[in-house]
Amino acid sequence: MELKRVVVTGLGALTPIGKTVPEFWEGLINGVSGAAPITRFDTEKFKTKFACEVKDFVAEDYLEKKEARKLDPFVQYALVATEEAVKDAGLDFTKLNTNRIGVIWGAGIGGLKTFLDEISNFAKGDGTPRLNPFFIPKMIIDIAPGHISMKYGLRGPNFSCVSACASSTNALIDAFTYIRMGRADMFISGGSEAILNEAGIGGFNAMHALSTRNDDPKTASRPFDKDRDGFVAGEGAGTIILEELEHAKARGAKIYAEIVGGGMSADANHITAPHPEGLGAKLVMQSALDDAEMTTSDIDYINVHGTSTPLGDISETKAIGDLFGEDAYKLNISSTKSMTGHLLGAAGAIESIACILAIKNGIVPPTINHFTDDPSFDSKLNFTFNKAQKREINAALSNTFGFGGHNASVIFKKYVE
Amino acid sequence: MSDIASRVKAIIVEKLGVDEGEVTPEASFTNDLGADSLDTVELTMEFEKEFNVAIPDDQAETISTVGQAISYLEKNVK
Repeated sequence: MELKRVVVTGLGALTPIGKTVPEFWEGLINGVSGAAPITRFDTEKFKTKFACEVKDFVAEDYLEKKEARKLDPFVQYALVATEEAVKDAGLDFTKLNTNRIGVIWGAGIGGLKTFLDEISNFAKGDGTPRLNPFFIPKMIIDIAPGHISMKYGLRGPNFSCVSACASSTNALIDAFTYIRMGRADMFISGGSEAILNEAGIGGFNAMHALSTRNDDPKTASRPFDKDRDGFVAGEGAGTIILEELEHAKARGAKIYAEIVGGGMSADANHITAPHPEGLGAKLVMQSALDDAEMTTSDIDYINVHGTSTPLGDISETKAIGDLFGEDAYKLNISSTKSMTGHLLGAAGAIESIACILAIKNGIVPPTINHFTDDPSFDSKLNFTFNKAQKREINAALSNTFGFGGHNASVIFKKYVE
Repeated sequence: MSDIASRVKAIIVEKLGVDEGEVTPEASFTNDLGADSLDTVELTMEFEKEFNVAIPDDQAETISTVGQAISYLEKNVK
């Protein structure tokens, strides 16, 4: 079977550093931090009091009030980012075969706010299960692609991928694979997450996973810095329109980049800790390179998972060093989580967008908040600290690793006829 | 308009996102006000909460218009 080529023809982003793709990119190349004190709930009793919220988000600015009320924030975010991507791609679904257009969406946790609200109400009652009829259909992860399909009338394959912080990368890889195999013409893909509530922050705090730098939130996400103390929770959504190349050309679509490879692996090690030698991380990057029929010397930029946790940053860097060897020194590496925080199930989507725009614009977004070198990291590696760097990028790789030991990587390449 | 009627209307406006003017006694939840089956269950639950009554399922099924909801509640709310 001859594989089809797949290109990126539309982007949408709703993030803590910008509510549209152009604002997101401006934030990225200018090193803007999205971290600030949490406004969504009273954090007095919480160890971590800050996060990367989507600022001043009012659902009714984008959605009808009646519709918005029935949607968990993670679905609201999905619809907002997708509307931007659909417009950006210039899609008129009345002119396309919508049976061949699907939605594959990633989220790691889904409707946590809905779950929290409903179960809190239940717990306050007398034990009578007076649960809202929208409780389940508002909360479940697959309702996000469901709503997207209903809004645009898309009857192609429709489901969610769940692999914690690798979810939206898995979604992109699935969408890529189905189009490549000729099973669909186009997918709306990406991911969304919205866990900045008492359950989300309390839960991650209990794991000691979050930074507690409450006196200086903006510098808290500091991947590869000696004093990194955990990740900063974020929220938002990223949408990527993937389209079969000939289909895109036939409708005169703008092409951002080509998606050329996806890799998947498991650590098979621990529920939350990364493999100490980065075996799963090494394997997943190798698997993506094999899929793309590329070698390490073909990659110019790696947007790393780099969450700013003490162990995760070390094992990922070890994996890059082991796999890339001397080629590692030619790379630009950066963690855009230093700016956006960790969007969990949506991380792969917005970080893929960062890679796509880095290729298109010839600029590597920085790893901000670097103050002190950590001797654990090879000082000859270029982590793109503190300031964006201009560079011609032919190919970029995005890594995402999720609790459970799920790893997914994806490679984008400059589009050449 | 009775106190019950105005509270019922306020709930319908809030939950179904409709204009107050549309909420006439004859208006059917599903045919006129855009409610689906889950919306009608939610409305019943909101009436129960607001008026502290239990509306049995077989009774709830007979309430399909604004007027029916108001008259049911006027009879059953103490």
